[in-house]
Amino acid sequence: MVSPQGSDLLQLMANDIEHLSVCLLVIWVSLVKGKTKCCSLHTVTFLLVTLFLVLSGTGFRILGNSMLGSRQAGVGKRGELDGLQAVEPSRMVYGQPKVLTPCRSDVLVLTPWLAPVVWEGTFNTDVLNEQFRLWNATIGLTVFAIRKYMVFLELFLQTAEKYFMVGHRVTYYVFTDRPADVPHVPLREGRRVEVLKVPGALSWQEVSMHRMEMISNFSQQRFLREVDYLVCMDVDMKFCDHVGVEILSPRFGTLHPGFYGAAREAFTYERRPQSQAYIPRDEGDFYYAGGFFGGSVVEVLQLTTACHQAMVVDQANGLEAVWHDESHLNRYLLDHKPTKVLSPEYLWDRQKLGWPPVMKKLRFVAVPKGHLDIRGS
Amino acid sequence: MAQLLQILAATQKCCSLRVTFLLIALIMIFFSYKSYLYPRSQKPESTQADVNLTVREHRGLQSVKLSRMLYRQPQVLTPARKDVLVVTPWLAPIIWEGTFNTDILNEQFSLRNATIGLTVFSIKTYMIFLKQFLQSAEMYFMVGHRVIYYIFTDKPEYVPYLNIQKGRQIIILEVESYYDHWQDISMQRMEMISNFCQERFHQEVDYLVCSDVDMRFSDHVGVEILSSLFGTLHPGYYGLNRTDFPYERRPQSQAHIPKDEGDFYYIGALFGGSVPEVYKLTKACHEAIMVDQANHIEAIWHDESHLNKYLLYHKPSKVLSPEYLWQQQQMDHMHDQEMIFSKIIRRKKLKVLKKNYQLKNWIEEGSGLRLF
Repeated sequence: MVSPQGSDLLQLMANDIEHLSVCLLVIWVSLVKGKTKCCSLHTVTFLLVTLFLVLSGTGFRILGNSMLGSRQAGVGKRGELDGLQAVEPSRMVYGQPKVLTPCRSDVLVLTPWLAPVVWEGTFNTDVLNEQFRLWNATIGLTVFAIRKYMVFLELFLQTAEKYFMVGHRVTYYVFTDRPADVPHVPLREGRRVEVLKVPGALSWQEVSMHRMEMISNFSQQRFLREVDYLVCMDVDMKFCDHVGVEILSPRFGTLHPGFYGAAREAFTYERRPQSQAYIPRDEGDFYYAGGFFGGSVVEVLQLTTACHQAMVVDQANGLEAVWHDESHLNRYLLDHKPTKVLSPEYLWDRQKLGWPPVMKKLRFVAVPKGHLDIRGS
Repeated sequence: MAQLLQILAATQKCCSLRVTFLLIALIMIFFSYKSYLYPRSQKPESTQADVNLTVREHRGLQSVKLSRMLYRQPQVLTPARKDVLVVTPWLAPIIWEGTFNTDILNEQFSLRNATIGLTVFSIKTYMIFLKQFLQSAEMYFMVGHRVIYYIFTDKPEYVPYLNIQKGRQIIILEVESYYDHWQDISMQRMEMISNFCQERFHQEVDYLVCSDVDMRFSDHVGVEILSSLFGTLHPGYYGLNRTDFPYERRPQSQAHIPKDEGDFYYIGALFGGSVPEVYKLTKACHEAIMVDQANHIEAIWHDESHLNKYLLYHKPSKVLSPEYLWQQQQMDHMHDQEMIFSKIIRRKKLKVLKKNYQLKNWIEEGSGLRLF
């Protein structure tokens, strides 16, 4: 994997190698000029070395360019992530933000490290859509439909078509052990489904843990080149309301609907110090849900790689964290604070939690398990 | 390299011309590797370079792993502030006291080893404000972080000597001010900042904070303000309707904003961001000022009008509350709103100094600067 920093370095190296090769060429010419006594072996070797350097300089440049591709790996190509654009936007008319009137007086809308907590009422969809449209951002959505979980996929995709990033370019990455069973769902323009075959003989805990590894692998192999942002979601859910570009930032997590009101001592973090996911009782900002996280491709790659490595270490020590990948996600997001946090509107269970007044919208909700006929494979 | 030496040894009849070629080649190699060692020396010339710099800055911020820290748990069902807006409709934080944890932010920024540049213009009579500005900055501005004060002045010899803390330095940039009126001097700042962004800032600092000099720091101003692009709410207008903002209203000016547009009224005395973004802003404002000049029009509040136009169409990623720039003099004229102000503004961080305008005029008309 080459990060954008890495690819910049490649560009620099390409420049230097070309400089060096020009220098050597000059030296070679000056030494050889008119000197027939010069050993031909020396001069040929010199010429070959110079040619090699020129070619490798070009090679590094091509490599650097291909790593950047047409995507500034995770960041809008022409601008910067949080709220800026280099292309001139058009005039927009909307209600004036009122400095003396908070948008929400019942909930926290900003974390102590100044990351927005995204609730209904905090954002203007039109303004944000304009910013992301100008960047021509492409959003990848990863979902795992393995074994019997395939049964959830059709409803997931159908509702995503209605509510998820409408108007923007979307690629659904469906990880499955049964590519032939992926349902055909009519898609809007600018959206497509990519089916990625993965091994299937796993329990749901193992699937959950292996997600990190698979997302990490595929991020390196293709996501870096194909999309700007990655959104990683559980499949046994459906969209009921708008989920748009307001969620996008370098790294975001979602507040777990069961714990947003709880004290940190009650969070179901991993509490055994032997585990890599361990969080002591006096630490912790929020309890993030494993079923909805994401960010720029580079950041998601770092997150999933770190979580996967932590899980490998735990496995070697004969441990498995209490909530599997979710425990590791929580450890990671404590150490690497997210740049946006999504409210529980973005991951809810209506059956278990009802519809409290603090939730102005329920956007992405669990599908009741009895609702669909889950057959064994 | 060894091969090179071999060849040199073999051809002992090398004339001095070859030695010259060799020296030239070595110098070229040296300069190539200089850029290798200091990768920040990319000029903000092309958009590609801008994006690279911005991406690098932003990614660096997020990737740092924080050490164990103890602090109170953030409460999801308890807003930090119930009396003010703390996030803009485009999800940029508005920085008010009580919304942020300084320790977490300091940790994030110090792990990145960020350097902050503070630009200030101390031209003609405004030199008298410089000492207090710098002394108070030493106490309150970005304490614990690396800081470079860039002092633009037409009288370098009058810059006061100060004991500066470790990790901080003063750089004096001599500029010629060919204007007499403070309005023109104010607008000239945009041009000078954008020039120096290209010439040196991009190599020396990660962030730029551009401030007026006739101020003093009276409370903590730290890394909570830093982001790609930030503006500050003008203390005189943050409670008003957009129709009452003193935007430039004449369509002939480049700074024109119609009555039905506008998010906030930003003050020209404090803005900043990453070097590429400040470069873009100052360049755009300078060019707009030039166009206006060619059309014989001057925006009503000069560079501040142009700043407001720019920030309307290039929304800042952070907005500083009026805590960050307080003008008691102006507030004295707004009796009705005094009660609201005192409740909302918990801390006043940068205070504009009272000026005796009569005295200032006398000095300008008189025979020059009398100091200390």
